[in-house]
Amino acid sequence: MSEQFVTVLDWVAVLCILAGAALSLVAGVGLVRFPDLLSRMHTAAKPQVLGLLLVLVGIGIRLVPVETNVFNVGTLILVALFQVVTIPVAGHITARVGYRTGRIDESLMARDELAARLASDDEIAGGGGDMSR
Amino acid sequence: MNALWIAIGVMLGLAALLGMVRMLMGPSVLDRALSVDVLLASALTGAGAYAAFHRDPTVLPTLLVLSLLGFVGSVSIAKFVARRALGEHIPSTTGSHPTSATPTDAVPDSEKGENP
Repeated sequence: MSEQFVTVLDWVAVLCILAGAALSLVAGVGLVRFPDLLSRMHTAAKPQVLGLLLVLVGIGIRLVPVETNVFNVGTLILVALFQVVTIPVAGHITARVGYRTGRIDESLMARDELAARLASDDEIAGGGGDMSR
Repeated sequence: MNALWIAIGVMLGLAALLGMVRMLMGPSVLDRALSVDVLLASALTGAGAYAAFHRDPTVLPTLLVLSLLGFVGSVSIAKFVARRALGEHIPSTTGSHPTSATPTDAVPDSEKGENP
């Protein structure tokens, strides 16, 4: 592999990792500045998915000149897969619990379609705060 | 290129600091769990940047463990909050929905650490 090609690869990798770090910083700023749980969740998901994927791509590119090992690439792909599969589930559960325990500020919502839905469900079920649904 | 690596380190440090600020201020447990998630993402990015900088693949299994840890942590905290809210709401207000709680009791005092 020529010297020049390795330099190009290194620049690409460092730019990917820089973008991932920038997304982390943006998430930190958003966590401090945003007013309620849902908007904070919106900003917090960026480094967890896109930022991490960029960093993993950067690691992969950076490791190409020294060792091309199937285990390294496999580990990187596994990390990406776990993160992409688990982050939406965790975010969904957090938002759901936040809504159902009344921690969401209703004045900050543009529309609340779930409230009407829950009310009609309650009429059918005869009331009762059922958290298991 | 060294300047870019330094910039990466500074950005990650700032992100972790801001996440810590939210963890200290966070009005509810869920906000704190969320900031822990962001801290974990910064840690993942930091470990990844270390691996990339030194071209050293030995820390890659750490990334795997951290990515699973974040999921387990946030889901278990959310489930814990849900069960405790259920226990608080049902004896006092039978028949009312948990979402009908007024904003004043939206965050129970027990979360602020006054009650055990």
